[in-house]
Amino acid sequence: MSVLYLVIPIALLMSGGSVAVFLWAVKRGQFDDVSTPAVRMLHDDDVGSRDPGKEPQAPGSTPPS
Amino acid sequence: MPAAMTRDLDATAEGGQFPDTCAAVAQVVDCSHCGLPVAPADVVAQSPQQFCCNGCAAVYSAIYQQGLERYYQLRQQAGKAEPTRSSGRSYTELDDQAFRDLHVRTLPSGMDQVELYLQGVHCSACVWIVERLTQILPGVVGSRLDLHRQSAEIVWDPAQVALSEIARKIDVFGYPVHPFRGASTRLLRRQEERTLLMRIGLAWAVSGNVMMMSLSLYAGWFSDMDADTTQLFRWVSMFVTLPSLLWSAQPFYQGAWSALKTRLLHMDLPVAIGLSAGYLGGAWNVLRGQGEIYFDSVASLIFLLLVGRWVQLRQRRQASDAAELLFSLAPSAVHLVDARGAVQDVAIERVQVGDVVEVRSGEAFPTDGVIDQGSTTVDASVLTGESRPVEVGVGERVHAGTTNLASQVRVRTEHTGEGTRVGKLMQAVEEAARRRAPIVALADAIVGKFVAVILSLAALTALLWWYLDPAMALDNAVALLIVTCPCALGLATPLAVHAAVGRAARLGILIKGGDVVERLSKPATVLFDKTGTLTQGKVTLQATAGDEAVFPLVLALERQSSHPLARAVVQAWPGLAAPEAQDVEQTVGGGLRGVIGGQVVTVGSPEFVLSQTRTRVEITRQDLSRSGATNPIEGAHLRPTQQANGTGEIRPDFPRALTLGPSALLAGSPSAFATGFDAQAQVAQWAERAITPVLVAVDGQVRAALGFGDAVRPDAAACIAALRQFGCRVGILSGDHPRVVAAVAAQLGLDADLCWGGASPEAKLARVELEKARGDVVMVGDGVNDAAALAAATVGISVHGGAEASLQAADAFLTRPGLEPVVELIEGAKRTVAVIRRNIAFSLVYNLVGVVLAVSGVLNPLFAAVLMPLSSLTVVSSSFRSRTFARRGAE
Repeated sequence: MSVLYLVIPIALLMSGGSVAVFLWAVKRGQFDDVSTPAVRMLHDDDVGSRDPGKEPQAPGSTPPS
Repeated sequence: MPAAMTRDLDATAEGGQFPDTCAAVAQVVDCSHCGLPVAPADVVAQSPQQFCCNGCAAVYSAIYQQGLERYYQLRQQAGKAEPTRSSGRSYTELDDQAFRDLHVRTLPSGMDQVELYLQGVHCSACVWIVERLTQILPGVVGSRLDLHRQSAEIVWDPAQVALSEIARKIDVFGYPVHPFRGASTRLLRRQEERTLLMRIGLAWAVSGNVMMMSLSLYAGWFSDMDADTTQLFRWVSMFVTLPSLLWSAQPFYQGAWSALKTRLLHMDLPVAIGLSAGYLGGAWNVLRGQGEIYFDSVASLIFLLLVGRWVQLRQRRQASDAAELLFSLAPSAVHLVDARGAVQDVAIERVQVGDVVEVRSGEAFPTDGVIDQGSTTVDASVLTGESRPVEVGVGERVHAGTTNLASQVRVRTEHTGEGTRVGKLMQAVEEAARRRAPIVALADAIVGKFVAVILSLAALTALLWWYLDPAMALDNAVALLIVTCPCALGLATPLAVHAAVGRAARLGILIKGGDVVERLSKPATVLFDKTGTLTQGKVTLQATAGDEAVFPLVLALERQSSHPLARAVVQAWPGLAAPEAQDVEQTVGGGLRGVIGGQVVTVGSPEFVLSQTRTRVEITRQDLSRSGATNPIEGAHLRPTQQANGTGEIRPDFPRALTLGPSALLAGSPSAFATGFDAQAQVAQWAERAITPVLVAVDGQVRAALGFGDAVRPDAAACIAALRQFGCRVGILSGDHPRVVAAVAAQLGLDADLCWGGASPEAKLARVELEKARGDVVMVGDGVNDAAALAAATVGISVHGGAEASLQAADAFLTRPGLEPVVELIEGAKRTVAVIRRNIAFSLVYNLVGVVLAVSGVLNPLFAAVLMPLSSLTVVSSSFRSRTFARRGAE
């Protein structure tokens, strides 16, 4: 069972990593608004735009989808 | 007076008395931009695009020029929505320094940032077009819409574009723009929400990992796990639980600490005791290498309790978010008249004492002041509760918050902001809210005993086992503390309230806090405001009497006036065809007079109409005696009149009146006229019902009477009956005239002892506090004048359409018109409290089982780990499956 001494730290590192990612996401405001992104993702940015080179820059913390 | 001559208006309207002149359009064409029907005259044949007006056509082509035609596709996918309409405002007030100071933040990059409330955004097309602002307007750097809060965060370069231009652009798309009033508190709240979410995330990860370890340990009981491995799992669980215990569970320690300091027992205290006892006991056992550990229970307790907190936080936010949106709708711009007489839109904060502001018809007065120019009718019901509109002229005082009904006036400001009457009332509201004692939540009420019982039981267990088996004493005491940690009890109230408040919100009832539900569940004295709450809050035509043949003549006159009573007539008879009226003149405070088809028609207050007819009698007498007077008007002692229709010269057809015969005229009383219509009896009868009479005279002959009043809401009687069934006493507390209040009370069958009229806002407050000495008081109101009473009452409910101040003061507010939601609210509250009681009973039973197991020493961590989630699950399902708030009649 000595493999446990290796596997448990690895498992803990992995879950620690995902907790860190979650905290980072919350701090950046990813969970502030959970209803609009569901709608926003349906839009294709390029259709109809005469200026496709310039991506709109978001004022909030979330990157443009 | 035969009763058959008085008929209710409803009967007239429904009976199809008047032919409907609005012919149905054969085929309705919708405007390509706004979606409203296009007038048949404006339909362009063979064109794929149809527009209802030039504005829509302009917006349509603007959207196409920007290459944004996809907006219409997206809108179609989102389904049929409300028509898109722009308000066409200039929004120059957004460029004011006063506005900037309050709402605009400058980012480190030199860009400006503001949060705006966009009225009417609701679908993916809205998100799309608003977020394309960056492509439409050079200078806009970012635009991001939050659909749920209906707010947009705009970042722009002030050197390139003005905020007013951005606002106008958004307005063109059909979303009127309002400054977001709650922006400052939002930042704080956002931080609070984020921190709690992070605590939950960590607690969740920890409980998951510890659970894995524990599962291995439990499995190890049945298949001999070697001691080294067991000890490894125990050590790892102990360390993994630590971050959750130290950081995630902090709110519970803080709550427990402040509970100890204030000596008010709170649920957090037993939670903190259970958590720390469980962890410390477990850690001791890990160190000495034997005994039970409860790390899995501790970790999942923290997680579950934090979820309960989260639910509670979100539910409080929902109601206050909704209230903030409503506040944002309050006017923020004022039409300021400068020294040269030019009108300019500025932010309301910039107006100072002495400034002249212009207030247009339909707008609310922004400040307290004196009319400088013009005259109008004011609806002051929001401040005074008086249902009848008040006439004001130059030199008379108007108050902020009241509504200008008739025509544009200019007001010289005397007080602004907190100095206004409304501002002073709001201070009284805050005062009343501060004085109100907080109620002890049902669950917290039993916590005191709970803590005492648990601690003594733990001591008892330790003592008992000290005698039986000293090695087990500590273990069993710890087991008891952890198994009785009131997880289900802690979740019982927030979950039940959350589920109920969510249901209520879907019914258009927004509740500001969980304690409101508990306070509403007991029978109370329910006091209603009259104007706008029990009644419709606007003057309508309620009854008619006399000769119906003159109604078209009345309508012909009333169409020319903007007086509220005149508007009520026009509204009441939409289908009635009326002839053209000439030479219409309006007497302020009196009535209207005009010539229709050669007949002189007078419509107005009884005094006015009778003075006119008596004048006529006098004139005719004079005419009879010295036949051939050149200008009969000169001798008529008419009050100063306002020309309503051009320069119309009055040419009453006097000889016609003479044909009636001198005997009838000389009798002097209208009742003696040929039609046999007894106007005086009718007026007297209406006076008892507090109906305002208006008489109609044709050629000096009173032919009909119209009764106006503020109609009682159709559902008021049913609502009162339902409240009585709940054991509530029902009364009225109104600022309107006592006679009107008495009439409404009689109509609704209310106890006269519980009905008060003529109450000022201060008197309302005093009355509510007096009644509170006798028991719980629920105040239902809508106006600023109710606000202090709403705040002082045990529970204040603001009805649909209530003033900003009343929304702020109330504990619950209704977004659905009518009084039915009031009944639903109280009924739902009763049901919710029943659910809370059931939840508490459940969790106490689980705790009892746990105590028995722990005291008898057979409790092991596996039992605890199963028992705890099971009890929580029961509470969760019990909370969400119960029917609490529901529409009445929809079983």
